[in-house]
Amino acid sequence: MSLLNTLPDYVLTTKTDELLNWMRKSSVWYMLFGLACCAIELMHTGGPRADIDRFGASPRASARQSDLMIVAGTLTLKMALRTRLLYDQMPDPRYVISMGSCASCGGLFQLAYSVCDGVDKIVPVDVYVPGCPPRPEALTEGLLKLQEKIMTERWLVKGNGGQQVTAA
Amino acid sequence: MGNATTTANGAVAAPLHTEEMTLNMGPQHPSTHGVLRFVVRADGEVMREAIPDVGYLHRSIEKIAEKVGYHGFMPYTDRVDYVCAMFTNQGWGMACERLAGIEVPRRGEFCRVIAAEFNRLASHLLSVGTMGMDIGAMTPFTHALREREMINDLIEELCGARLTFNYMRIGGVGFDLPPGWREKALAYLDHLEPILDEYNSLISYNKIYVERLANVGVITAAEALDYNLVGPNLRACGIKWDIRKDLPYSVYREFEFDVPVGKGEWGTLGDSMDRYMVRIREMYQSIGILRQALKSLPAGPVLAKVPRNFKPPAGECQIRVESARGDMGWYVVSDGTGYPWRVHVRTGSFAAMGMVQKLSRGLMIADLVTLIASLDVIAPEIYR
Amino acid sequence: MEAVRIYDRLKEKFGAGILEVKSEKALDPYCVVDPNALVDIARFLRDDGELAMDCLSNESGVDYKDRVEVVYHLFSYRHRHSAVLKVKLPRENPAVKTLEGVWKSANWMEREIFDLVGVNFEGHSALRRLLMPEDWVGHPLRKDFVEPLEYHGIATVRESPIIRLDAKKK
Repeated sequence: MSLLNTLPDYVLTTKTDELLNWMRKSSVWYMLFGLACCAIELMHTGGPRADIDRFGASPRASARQSDLMIVAGTLTLKMALRTRLLYDQMPDPRYVISMGSCASCGGLFQLAYSVCDGVDKIVPVDVYVPGCPPRPEALTEGLLKLQEKIMTERWLVKGNGGQQVTAA
Repeated sequence: MGNATTTANGAVAAPLHTEEMTLNMGPQHPSTHGVLRFVVRADGEVMREAIPDVGYLHRSIEKIAEKVGYHGFMPYTDRVDYVCAMFTNQGWGMACERLAGIEVPRRGEFCRVIAAEFNRLASHLLSVGTMGMDIGAMTPFTHALREREMINDLIEELCGARLTFNYMRIGGVGFDLPPGWREKALAYLDHLEPILDEYNSLISYNKIYVERLANVGVITAAEALDYNLVGPNLRACGIKWDIRKDLPYSVYREFEFDVPVGKGEWGTLGDSMDRYMVRIREMYQSIGILRQALKSLPAGPVLAKVPRNFKPPAGECQIRVESARGDMGWYVVSDGTGYPWRVHVRTGSFAAMGMVQKLSRGLMIADLVTLIASLDVIAPEIYR
Repeated sequence: MEAVRIYDRLKEKFGAGILEVKSEKALDPYCVVDPNALVDIARFLRDDGELAMDCLSNESGVDYKDRVEVVYHLFSYRHRHSAVLKVKLPRENPAVKTLEGVWKSANWMEREIFDLVGVNFEGHSALRRLLMPEDWVGHPLRKDFVEPLEYHGIATVRESPIIRLDAKKK
């Protein structure tokens, strides 16, 4: 008889990795990096109707206190250098959601001379949320996809030394 | 710089050495007005000067106009000021219509006014909500967003988008009012008016709020005209000027509404509290205009016949539209082809940012945030 | 007062300073002035009791193929009339005196025109780039502006991920 079957109902068992990841995904604090129009939809997403605070995501002002950088809006070349600086200031483990089409690929400003076509030229991106601007529901789905990604990370594999390893 | 201090036993201590700090209020900050950067020279908490450094959202919209043509430029005008996108749409539409001599049908004009005034309500709600949030009060922000979400629902039924509408076209509007929309809109207006009173009782007359806003960033009327300040900022200085009343365009002649002016009842005339109260009072006036427009809506087409290959005759013109942030001037030069030669937008926030360096002398660092919020500055308006 | 009458008054006062008045076939009649007489004309427009142009409503720089123009839209809140002044400058090293001393709103507008079109405003208190980064080369709103291929290591074009399936058939 396995030990598991003798435990009463109120004892739950899981893997340590999953427990750690569940704690981490339930409190992803994002940095307010609203640049342009998507910033208003970012505010609406944190607002009363489509509230991402119920998933644990609360807005932080400083890069040093946040896990997630939601790049909401068009990235210009002048701003790109500062974006890299802010990304470097975020402590590990950190994630980036590229919100909207301007941040993903330049959007409708690809014809412009001063726009950086896509934030993934500057920082590595985990989730791309399309839309112009994406609805609050779309950004919430992006956050949920990020949570799924966080659940797949392995921490306690021997020899990794705490590196992020994403198993498919 | 150094003040000689006297200690308890009467001896004179060495003067205190103070230094001026140069701080950076960087392009990323929790204030919601967009990417603005200030280089602040401060002596402790009091600022000597705050020099704005702009350009972090320059998306070269004016140059793109020369590449996409007249009809194709309409979505780009939304992004010039995304919080009140209907006014930028209207300005571009009016400029092209003036160049080509097109007349918008009456129902189209009424639809334009209805959409524009709803947008003015939404923009002012966001502005007073973020004003509260910048001061430190989180609750007014959620109240304002709750009302704004309902306006977004209405406009989404009308044109399909929540933020960057692209609703107006050259020669009218893109879509007619859907069936049942009028009744929903009137019901919403009945719902909103008591909420505005509740809003006032929640925050506007709060003692802390008044002390944070009164006598901060006083602008005199002469300064305001010299710096080309427009919109609610100008009206807060006591000058009664509204393009909808004084140089009427579209069908604003047919509506009765008042133009609220700052009175200086909480502090000095032209301070931040005046600018805030002018916006609150303007919301009541917008509700009045909307009721009149919705009740007297004529029948007919909403879009004039405009060729797909729109080629206005060569020439140039200037159009002024009263947007939520003030008088927006559109200057369009056409050379007879299907692509404009030059488009220039002069917006209310551009002039307001030009004043900040002068207004910030002697303010505290926390007051700088209040000043920016009360001037209702939106970043893309400054650098398009 | 109509714009054409304002220009007639300017012509009486300044004679040689007014180069051209265009009023037929123009939606907004404008008046081309000599760059050297610009500041005096502006001051007269602002201080005269009947004209009282107390606001510089808009200032734009336009690049034509053979010249650069700076267009000033003036407005009077007292009398509710407006006027348009233009200054025509050569394309190489265009320079004109600043109007910052007359209307303070010209400060930022002229910085923007310097940044985007390249007009040098003599006498301006702080003529530096406004919208583009400080180390940007070139004036973007000129018609012959060529976009640089990269800026500080960031490429300004984006490769399209679309693979055309019919490319081999051609």
